[in-house]
Amino acid sequence: MIFLLLLFILIIATFLGRELISKVPSQLHTPLMSATNAISGITVLGALVVCAANTDDTLILVLSFIAIVLATINTVGGYAVTDRMLGMFKKKDGKK
Amino acid sequence: MINELNLTDLNNLAYILACVCTIIGIKMLGKPGTARRGMLISAAGTLVAVVAVFFDGQVVDSWDASNVLRNGYFWCFMAILIGSVIGLVWAQKVKMTGMPELVALFNGFGGLASALVAFSSFYVLYKADGGYSYDAVNDISTALAIFIGTITFTGSMLAWGKLSEKVTGRAIVFKGQKLINLILLLAAIAAMVIYIVPGFDNFTLVAVLTLTGIALVFGVAFVLPIGGGDMPVVISLLNSLTGVAVAMAGFIIENTVLIVIGALVGASGVILTLIMCKAMNRSISNLLFSGFGATDTVSAKGPGAEPKAISVEDAYMILEAAQSIVFIPGYGMAVAQAQHVVRELAEKLEENGAEVNYCIHPVAGRMPGHMNVLLAEADIPYEQLKTMDEMNPTMQMQDVAIVIGANDVVNPAAETDPGSPIYGMPIIKAFEAKTVFVLKRGKGRGFSGIENELFSMPNTLMIYGDAKATISSLANEFTME
Repeated sequence: MIFLLLLFILIIATFLGRELISKVPSQLHTPLMSATNAISGITVLGALVVCAANTDDTLILVLSFIAIVLATINTVGGYAVTDRMLGMFKKKDGKK
Repeated sequence: MINELNLTDLNNLAYILACVCTIIGIKMLGKPGTARRGMLISAAGTLVAVVAVFFDGQVVDSWDASNVLRNGYFWCFMAILIGSVIGLVWAQKVKMTGMPELVALFNGFGGLASALVAFSSFYVLYKADGGYSYDAVNDISTALAIFIGTITFTGSMLAWGKLSEKVTGRAIVFKGQKLINLILLLAAIAAMVIYIVPGFDNFTLVAVLTLTGIALVFGVAFVLPIGGGDMPVVISLLNSLTGVAVAMAGFIIENTVLIVIGALVGASGVILTLIMCKAMNRSISNLLFSGFGATDTVSAKGPGAEPKAISVEDAYMILEAAQSIVFIPGYGMAVAQAQHVVRELAEKLEENGAEVNYCIHPVAGRMPGHMNVLLAEADIPYEQLKTMDEMNPTMQMQDVAIVIGANDVVNPAAETDPGSPIYGMPIIKAFEAKTVFVLKRGKGRGFSGIENELFSMPNTLMIYGDAKATISSLANEFTME
């Protein structure tokens, strides 16, 4: 059953997330938050499918169009600002 | 010509690649040296997934060369274009002190997007068949995605308002608040049951709209009793909720990328929340429901001895003789925009032969790790930024500890005064340094309104005035030598 397969993926990914995140040092927590925030904009995939498949219904088209815009702001803006922040972290010799 | 089955397989391979890129990206985020490249890999993964979705069966079917307004590709590209431009401009314009607000805002957008995806897919079914997918998993995921996504949206918007001081940062508590929240929650569960359980065919739309309405209010009600000082925890928690909403949306459209990434983000938010709570020695329920900071707290002890103040010139004499100096910055330093002059002073001190470090408390700033970003912006190398646990054991060897715009995180009452509201919170033991300078604007109490006995300790010297002006005149004293 596909549900059980997806549930299995969810549980494994949660454990993986726990392992990955607990290894990030506290000095990188702000970029981490803005990065995880950016990747959660992946919900844009859902919005794209719904939008494309329902161009004949104005309500759904409008709602899913807004969803794509918001999720894209979340992703693109999130990655851009994370990159800007990480670009500031420099080593002692002055070079990155 | 590629047949449909092969295309689906290729799509799934692209989704797996996207997940792998994201996981590697987060892994590389674990070290400052590789973090930036890691994020590029992760962004590439997202791009791969987005490109792949345009080859998804449902999207491919939407191609309509005769009518551009019916063409799914047209709308998708337009929306992506608009979102990208807004996102890029925003990311360029934001000040580093404003990062927490931006993360809160973007987080709210992500939550709303997931809720909209869920609502739209519900509405497609509703039009066709009264809202039933005849699939309990789909219905439960839809209800949860709408509920959690909407809470995240209004909660994040209020957090954004509190952080950017558009609304009061104070915790707002009133009588019967918990009762109202409980009733809201029960009503939401009732609405979900009416939607999910078969037999209420005529009420599915009403139930889903009611659920959405309750979630809008609940998001606000949930952030309202939490004070501005606790916002780092709220943002982490809301971040985690977005992840859950994304995973739920993944169940609806049966997309593994959404499930994997939703789970990663959900776990990340929970871990950061717990780290924050531990750093403040408070339980998550205490933080969410107690309305900490809603009233003025008075220390159990009366005011101690009058703090000793010194002039910049005298402070310079002490600094010139110091061999090891530790800066303890708080959010007040960022507000005063003093981080650049702090670096100047630090360079002068190093030229003078002293060892300079920075000690950062886990909850300093307005979000986890915020101070590190603000100091990095001022070109302070990250090796000098030390955590509380690294620095505390060496504190007795430090000649001078300079506290700039920090208060509660250096308050010894957390260790000595069981009556203090922050009793038990791990602190930076600045008071153990041979001499402590406290840079403070005036003689008032700090953000949380708690008396700080560090200020009246025998080894503490207060330097009153604007932190930026004080530090730059200290740096000037060195130049004049």
